Amino acid sequence: MGVVTATVAGAPATTVPEPARRKSPYPYWFVVPGGLIFTIFFLVPSVMAFWFSLTRWTLFDQEFIGLDNYVQFFREPALSSGLWHTLVYAVTTSGLKVVLGMALAVLLTGPILGRGFMRSVAFFPVLVSTIGVGLTFQVLMHPTRGVINQTLELAGVTGPAWLVDPDWALLSVAFVDVWQGIGLATVIYMAGILSIPGEYFEAAKVDGAGAWHRFRNITLPLAKPATVSVILLSLIGGLRKFDLIWAMTKGGPGFTSDVMASVVYKQYQAGFYGLSTAGNVVLFLLVILIALPLFWFFNRKDES
Amino acid sequence: MSTRTRPSYPLSGLAIVLFGVVFLVPFAFILLTASKTQQESALLDFSWPDRWAFVENLQAVIEARDYLLIVAFINSTILTVASVSVVVILAAMAAFVLQRRRSRLTRAANLIILSGLVLPPAVVPTIWVLQKIGLFKTMPGLILVEIAYAMAFCVLLFQAFIAGIPKEMDEAATIDGAGPLSLFFRVVFPLLRPIVVTVVVVQTVFIWNDFTSPLYFLPGDENATVQLTLFNFQGQYTNSYNLLFMDILLVTVPPLIMFMIFQRQIVSGMIAGSVKG
Repeated sequence: MGVVTATVAGAPATTVPEPARRKSPYPYWFVVPGGLIFTIFFLVPSVMAFWFSLTRWTLFDQEFIGLDNYVQFFREPALSSGLWHTLVYAVTTSGLKVVLGMALAVLLTGPILGRGFMRSVAFFPVLVSTIGVGLTFQVLMHPTRGVINQTLELAGVTGPAWLVDPDWALLSVAFVDVWQGIGLATVIYMAGILSIPGEYFEAAKVDGAGAWHRFRNITLPLAKPATVSVILLSLIGGLRKFDLIWAMTKGGPGFTSDVMASVVYKQYQAGFYGLSTAGNVVLFLLVILIALPLFWFFNRKDES
Repeated sequence: MSTRTRPSYPLSGLAIVLFGVVFLVPFAFILLTASKTQQESALLDFSWPDRWAFVENLQAVIEARDYLLIVAFINSTILTVASVSVVVILAAMAAFVLQRRRSRLTRAANLIILSGLVLPPAVVPTIWVLQKIGLFKTMPGLILVEIAYAMAFCVLLFQAFIAGIPKEMDEAATIDGAGPLSLFFRVVFPLLRPIVVTVVVVQTVFIWNDFTSPLYFLPGDENATVQLTLFNFQGQYTNSYNLLFMDILLVTVPPLIMFMIFQRQIVSGMIAGSVKG
């Protein structure tokens, strides 16, 4: 590719007067201002994180201590459990968004009235302040007086204590995450489904395929790019989630809903900068470890 | 799927009710609780207020802690407007060159940009950088960080759009004697209008709603952004749910207005952004 562009760019230079052609209309310095900000405030800290994670680091000085921060991280259950919670959270939210997003998209692209209204209503929470959503659901999920459990009681069901129950806290936050993010998954799926030519469905119908068969053999395989987007987006978002969890439980009760991002913040608050950065590096590696194989896997399958 | 089938009325009715309950009840709850008196709001019921105290609550929230909410709205507006306007121009310039010049260098740059979309930022080392250049706990520092975090998303969206603008356009302008700057700002940038609107709207919502970056890089009350104030309100008004929900309501209004005006751009922008990522 590099060779090809060089010859193409080089060829007219012989016919056109030299000085007019020498300067490219696309100077590299256009990239510099944006690139500089991105480098200083994103790339440099990301690279420096590997060094800082190996130090005992306070505001004033740093001392190289090797892998001690990582050892401490994996030894203390309060810290290392964050890793497991992060995975549970990301997989739960991502799985639910895929299944429910697909279901809502099929519903909203089907023979139905009011789809514009429903799409807007489902999408709006995506744009609302996550802190606002978190605080609202904290109240709705109140164990005894909350609207959710009151409603469940009317149906004769005793709801869980949601955020204050150690077994439910992380899942409760994950459910709220799904509530807030499902609209984006739905519109991604809707775009995917609407790009499938309608003739496919009609041909299948003529051949006598039922609704389930049409979904299973047309919608599902042809909406695969949408599924890939939803999985990657929600998985990466789920692994990095901080604001919703912090607004709803602050990692509690105990450490039962602590995720990597909240561990990083807590250690920073406590003044353990090195340990906090080690947590950041672990999260960093976790995202790479999960996202890279997925990228590779999906791209390879697309080519064949 | 096939739009030619007649719509099913029972299914439509059921779906509309379900969507209403699941997605609208929480917002109705915010509005109703924000309109109640303190005692009534403490019941946490989803009910019609006995006495409407909307105006009193609004006044109380605005006046709380020396008009902190007003300060927060001003700060958030400065943060959002400054970050979005800078990132749009810088990202469009970078995307233009990265898209037009296909070389090993630009491909490497694109890989790095993708990393900016996926990887979690290293927060404490970012504080270290900010401290080194004397911008920690300052608004300009936070603006620069927001620009850096938004850069990847914006460059990718711009690149995809610029790919659809014929190169002959650039050549014609260049032959007419336009230098790179006037080629970009006079010829190309005006053509980017649709994608600029999308990027501006989506980033405005993102940065307005950002909680984590201000929490780390701009702590302290005098610089509070709306999301931080909202978060801190929860600790102060443990029993004044009416005021807490009034605050939530106020913070929700700007995105709601954006959504009502720019729904199409926001939805298409987010789909495009997610598919690229």
